[in-house]
Amino acid sequence: MAEARIPHPDLPPPVSIVGPIGWLRRNLFSSPLNILLTLLTLYLLVIAIPPLLRWTVLNATWSGDTRDACQANSGACWVFIRVHFDQFMYGFYPDAQRWRVDLTVLLLIVSAAPLFIRRVPNQIKLRLALGILACYPIIAFILLTGGFGLAVVETSQWGGLLLTLVIAGVGMTAALPLGVLLALGRRSQLPAIQTLCVTFIEFWRGVPLITVLFMSSVMLPLFLPADMSFDKLLRALIGVSLFQAAYMAEVVRGGLQAIPKGQFEAAAALGLGFWKMMGLIVLPQALKLVIPGIVNTFIALFKDTSLVLIIGLFDLLNMVHNATTNPAWLGFSTEGYVFAAAVYWLFCFGMSRYSQSLEKRLHTGHKR
Amino acid sequence: MNRIKTLTAVAAAAVLLTTAGAAYAGKALDAIKERGFIKCGVSDGLPGFSYADEKGNYNGIDVDVCRAVAAAVFGDAAKVKFTPLTAKERLTALQSGEIDVLSRNTTWTSSRDSAQGLNFTGVTYYDGQGFLVNKKLGVKSAKQLDGATVCVQAGTTTELNLSDYFRANKMKLTPISYDKSDESAKSLEAGRCDVLTSDQSQLYAQRIKLAKPGDYIVLPEVISKEPLGPVVRHGDDEWFDIVKWALFVMVNAEEMGITSKNVEEMKKSANPDIKRLLGVEGDKGKDFGLANDWMAVVIKQVGNYGEVFNRNVGAGSDLKIERGLNALWNQGGLQYAPPVR
Repeated sequence: MAEARIPHPDLPPPVSIVGPIGWLRRNLFSSPLNILLTLLTLYLLVIAIPPLLRWTVLNATWSGDTRDACQANSGACWVFIRVHFDQFMYGFYPDAQRWRVDLTVLLLIVSAAPLFIRRVPNQIKLRLALGILACYPIIAFILLTGGFGLAVVETSQWGGLLLTLVIAGVGMTAALPLGVLLALGRRSQLPAIQTLCVTFIEFWRGVPLITVLFMSSVMLPLFLPADMSFDKLLRALIGVSLFQAAYMAEVVRGGLQAIPKGQFEAAAALGLGFWKMMGLIVLPQALKLVIPGIVNTFIALFKDTSLVLIIGLFDLLNMVHNATTNPAWLGFSTEGYVFAAAVYWLFCFGMSRYSQSLEKRLHTGHKR
Repeated sequence: MNRIKTLTAVAAAAVLLTTAGAAYAGKALDAIKERGFIKCGVSDGLPGFSYADEKGNYNGIDVDVCRAVAAAVFGDAAKVKFTPLTAKERLTALQSGEIDVLSRNTTWTSSRDSAQGLNFTGVTYYDGQGFLVNKKLGVKSAKQLDGATVCVQAGTTTELNLSDYFRANKMKLTPISYDKSDESAKSLEAGRCDVLTSDQSQLYAQRIKLAKPGDYIVLPEVISKEPLGPVVRHGDDEWFDIVKWALFVMVNAEEMGITSKNVEEMKKSANPDIKRLLGVEGDKGKDFGLANDWMAVVIKQVGNYGEVFNRNVGAGSDLKIERGLNALWNQGGLQYAPPVR
């Protein structure tokens, strides 16, 4: 009679392999070098975090209306930000008209929201996107500048985050289509178009943005008659858009060159013309490939908008700088710049995360 | 080859013509009156001189000069549009006609007055380079600064003036250059340098940024001349006269004891000088092609020079700059205006 063999129940894995300890051993203390790096990082955190926390939170002043409120505490004076917050957002936009700015932003969020919902069919998304592209700039322009019964607000009164978003938004929406056209033109077989596009791209890539802005604000007026004055913001917008379009063109060209010749030939064999071939076969694949490059350019553009401070436009950064020159608030530049950095980071990080999710969603065979 | 030459010549001529057209566009004053407001170029942020407050209103001594001109021309100090300009674009903005008058802590120099086609109308603020030191050093004069470590802003004339001054007085100098004024203030506080040098008007602003402003003093020596004033472009003498006299009126008013508060009572004064200035007697105001009492309007709406100085940079402000060179000529300063007669 055979004795039934009862297997010994499985022992739990050793503590040193699983659980938090196992994780620590695997990831932080796996080799002498890693142990050294971990300890060094810990040390740096220990010396950096407490003073930072003390300055930003524990010893900071949050309430009050004047600088005197901050004299008692040794930390940051966030009162400075609170008092100037509206100005950092809207610049010199008149108080009574600020609802128009809010409405402009709200309109964009509401109308663009369906684009980000996955369940909405692509056909509707496409139509909606085209509709927004066609109508929204006009509506936003009227809302922000005035006319049609609204009080006129000159662009010199725009400022703060509003101006930063206007420059970045216009720059992005203008640069992408223009960049695609330039990229197609550069690969064109027609010598006239090709030369034109190459010249354009190489010219705008060859000069720094700061020079472009400076030329547009300082040199251009000298060549125009005295009674003819271009809007300063418009000049900057044109400069930024053309400049970024040149960069965008090269990013898109990278995508175009990665598409195998077979795709072009297959499209041609189906009897598609140039625009149909590009629009239906080549560009969707090419643009998908270069999403990281496009977003990279957008993020760079967003940060480059701060350069307009050299031509006296009051974007977020310049608005902060202006607030630090008010004699009633001298000496709070650190708080101001920390705030500006946080806002810029928020937007850039948002763009970066969105591009990652977009890449994941659109990956159809390319991702390794 | 020839064709290219001709083309370049034509292009150059076209550029010359348009720039000349821009610089001499006829009567600036007529254009301003027709437009209904004055376009004034100010700084993009300089404590006490021009800055926008939390409400977005422009303030400062340079700003008040423009308000005075608007009060003179339109009888309303609010009829002025401010254009904040950076140091680099300020002169072109004026030359190209983007602004009518530049009031932006601009130093009056010979080349700006001649080759650049500009006219300085007067001096709103006599500035000059000075020194800020910790009281603990016990230094009373800049001559005692031998061997000092001095914080200075890089790439400015300030740096050159500093080394000139020390060399002329046979003193040893260790300069430390900084890019931003905030950095130099911080390093003075940390004791990395003994002295901080900059234009005096800026030293007072720097002092506020320190944790204990009371521990530091500005030395009496001024080692360079920086007369700051409003600028107009060549080509319209009537406009030049108005901008020039808007400032003179404010200085004269202080000398005669006329303030924005008492200007109405002063109109009853028996003093003929005051009567002429306020437009009660004679037609001195009309000579400028403006309302006869424009000088009284300027004083009423903007104030006399002393009031403007006091509320923007002087004892009535956070900066607390002493009058010094900017006191009236009969009180030991340099502010002097020709008589109204």
